[in-house]
Amino acid sequence: MTVTLGKALNAALRDAMREDDTVLMFGEDVGALGGVFRVTDGLAAEFGEDRCFDTPLAESGIVGMAVGMAMNGFRPVVEMQFDAFAYPAFEQIASHVAKMRNRTRGAVGLPMVIRVPYAGGIGGVEHHSDSSEAYYAHTPGLKVVTPATVADAYSLLREAIADPDPVVFMEAKKLYWAKDETTLPVTTERFGTAVVRRAGSDATLVAYGTAVPVALEAAASAESDGRSLEVVDLRTLVPFDDETVAASVRKTGRCVVVAEAAGFASVSAEIAARVQERCFHSLWAPVLRVTGWDVPYPPPVLEKYHLPGVDRVLDTVERLQWDDVPDPRFLAGSR
Amino acid sequence: MTTQAEHRMPAATSAAAAPADAHLLPSAEPIRFLDDDGGPAPGDAHGRYERPSTELLRRAYDAMVLGRRFDAQATALTKQGRLAVYPSSRGQEAGEIGAVLALRETDWLFPTYRDTMALIGRGIDPVEALTLLRGSWHCGYDPMATRTAPQCTPLATHAPHAVGVAYAARRRGEDTVALVIVGDGGTSEGDFHEALNFAAVFHAPVVFLVQNNGYAISVPLSRQTAAPSLAHKGVGYGVRSERVDGNDPLAMLAVLTEAVESARAGGGPVLVEAHTYRVEPHTNADDDSRYRDHDEVEAWKRRDPIARLEAHLRSRDELTDDDVAAAREAGEAFASRVRERLSEEATGDPADLFAHVYAEPTPQLREQAGWLAEELAR
Ligand SMILES: Cc1ncc(C[n+]2csc(CCOP(=O)(O)OP(=O)(O)O)c2C)c(N)n1
Ligand SMILES: [Mg+2]
Repeated sequence: MTVTLGKALNAALRDAMREDDTVLMFGEDVGALGGVFRVTDGLAAEFGEDRCFDTPLAESGIVGMAVGMAMNGFRPVVEMQFDAFAYPAFEQIASHVAKMRNRTRGAVGLPMVIRVPYAGGIGGVEHHSDSSEAYYAHTPGLKVVTPATVADAYSLLREAIADPDPVVFMEAKKLYWAKDETTLPVTTERFGTAVVRRAGSDATLVAYGTAVPVALEAAASAESDGRSLEVVDLRTLVPFDDETVAASVRKTGRCVVVAEAAGFASVSAEIAARVQERCFHSLWAPVLRVTGWDVPYPPPVLEKYHLPGVDRVLDTVERLQWDDVPDPRFLAGSR
Repeated sequence: MTTQAEHRMPAATSAAAAPADAHLLPSAEPIRFLDDDGGPAPGDAHGRYERPSTELLRRAYDAMVLGRRFDAQATALTKQGRLAVYPSSRGQEAGEIGAVLALRETDWLFPTYRDTMALIGRGIDPVEALTLLRGSWHCGYDPMATRTAPQCTPLATHAPHAVGVAYAARRRGEDTVALVIVGDGGTSEGDFHEALNFAAVFHAPVVFLVQNNGYAISVPLSRQTAAPSLAHKGVGYGVRSERVDGNDPLAMLAVLTEAVESARAGGGPVLVEAHTYRVEPHTNADDDSRYRDHDEVEAWKRRDPIARLEAHLRSRDELTDDDVAAAREAGEAFASRVRERLSEEATGDPADLFAHVYAEPTPQLREQAGWLAEELAR
């Protein structure tokens, strides 16, 4: 069956709500409208306004109320309408959602999911395209998940809802309309497992979210140039799968991290650090990154210069010192 | 559902009709039963409220005396280095104890860092209650077993949690109420407003107790708000609101009990503003001479809640010298046990660092716990 990623998320919510009546869905416009991206389409109709409901427009209140409901027997799933509109909830997320289990020595767990449509590439005007994953991934106590395939969208969301810990579930907006042949329900690899999406032997592309299809396309294109690129899809940023990433890089000896978020102090920076810590003696070249520039997310007409595309990935692969030539970009005095 | 047309065409209102918000508005003056010396307050200052039972007032008296002695002991322990810091609630006993006596065991309390006295009033073990301020862990008691949330430091951020807990209980058909305590400064935070709004929209059984003690560290109430009162903040959200003489234990018990029972009965959330005063500095580490006059503190000390309750009960022969002595002795005994139990230096197990970050530690946390263990074994 051909399914879009958005529909797979919808099916995951529906199936979770059918199986467990403590699962609730709430947020802004998630009721009658079905969410601005229609991820909650039909849930209010099937489960009633008690199970899927609209709240006042207040993100901190939404997450804060979810904390209380999770403390008291429910499994709330809340939708933040867009990445940048989750910022009002950041204090709740950083100070309470992430810390409750730890500060109460395990007495109070918060089984809740915060769904965040994120990242760009959809021509959104400002404040609608942020890649905000680093804020959450940097906050101990949160799990951070970002599916790049239709099957993962279903399976990882089901797992997120069943998880005893709070999960920030990052949904790449551009991928909502991605299609795949999938039969639902489907169970894919567990949280904390990265997956090799394409095997290769010359270099590893580590990617997540919107960067996964870019990396796959780059790998397909590189093949015709005689380069065999392996593509690793992280799937969950927290917990992080060091093993799969390191095994791939030890095998290929070269690594490029691809991610849409600005590179400075980012998840991609963390991955590069971890790879060089673990794989230094297997590396033939420094770990390089292809990321968004360190600028506020640009307006739609400039998006194409910002987003890591196939060409930029391939150019970066070429800089992996294939002939033992140092990367001119980073030579002392090169700027 | 309101249609577009209804939005554009407000229904005609008669000038003589009572404003639709009258039932939400607080009384013109704070509710009080007692004058500043514990005599009867003049006129109908207690409004529609009834005097709490003598039995309840006697329990309140004992708990307030014990609470104050505990509070003094905790401040003393900071001087001996046994507590990292202590924010005193001396002078606010009527609110601290009134709140917990208004609740059933099955109700939830959402306290702040200043409300350790309320934890003691709820019967939480004092060493567990002081864990945060002792610095040995963040929360020392079990919130699920005690129905008491961890003491909250990020101002007002626990208010939406109270709404969630109360709404969840209501959804299951339970008659649980949640009471959340917020300071006057905390009422300026966004979460206070979001919580009021959510509580009203979802008709959640929550009581918001604002302990208006005049200051947020050094900042006086006048810099916090230009509203006629903090209780008025409820009205804009459709939350029934009341203001009370926070140093009058009769008034606090009467209003809080009514608020809790009204919420329990399905009347929706209630906001109670207690007019009280922080007679101690913000914490033991604060120098309050930089921002307030000694005279102001002394004036408030003369409206002491325990003295007022004592005078009231004595005037009705409901409290004897022996009762007073017994309450004080119980306070002394409690304080000396606390002193003894905290006589040792607080310690912590480094392995606890990695416990309970997640239900199951991530591979990274397991690895890091191992590295720390190796470091410590050297
Ligand atoms: C969000 C946030 N901002 C600042 C602080 C620092 N802070 C701690 S207590 C306090 C004053 C709070 O005053 P109030 O709400 O009146 O409570 P009180 O201490 O008087 O009981 C401040 C500013 C904090 N804890 N949380
Ligand atoms: Mg104050």
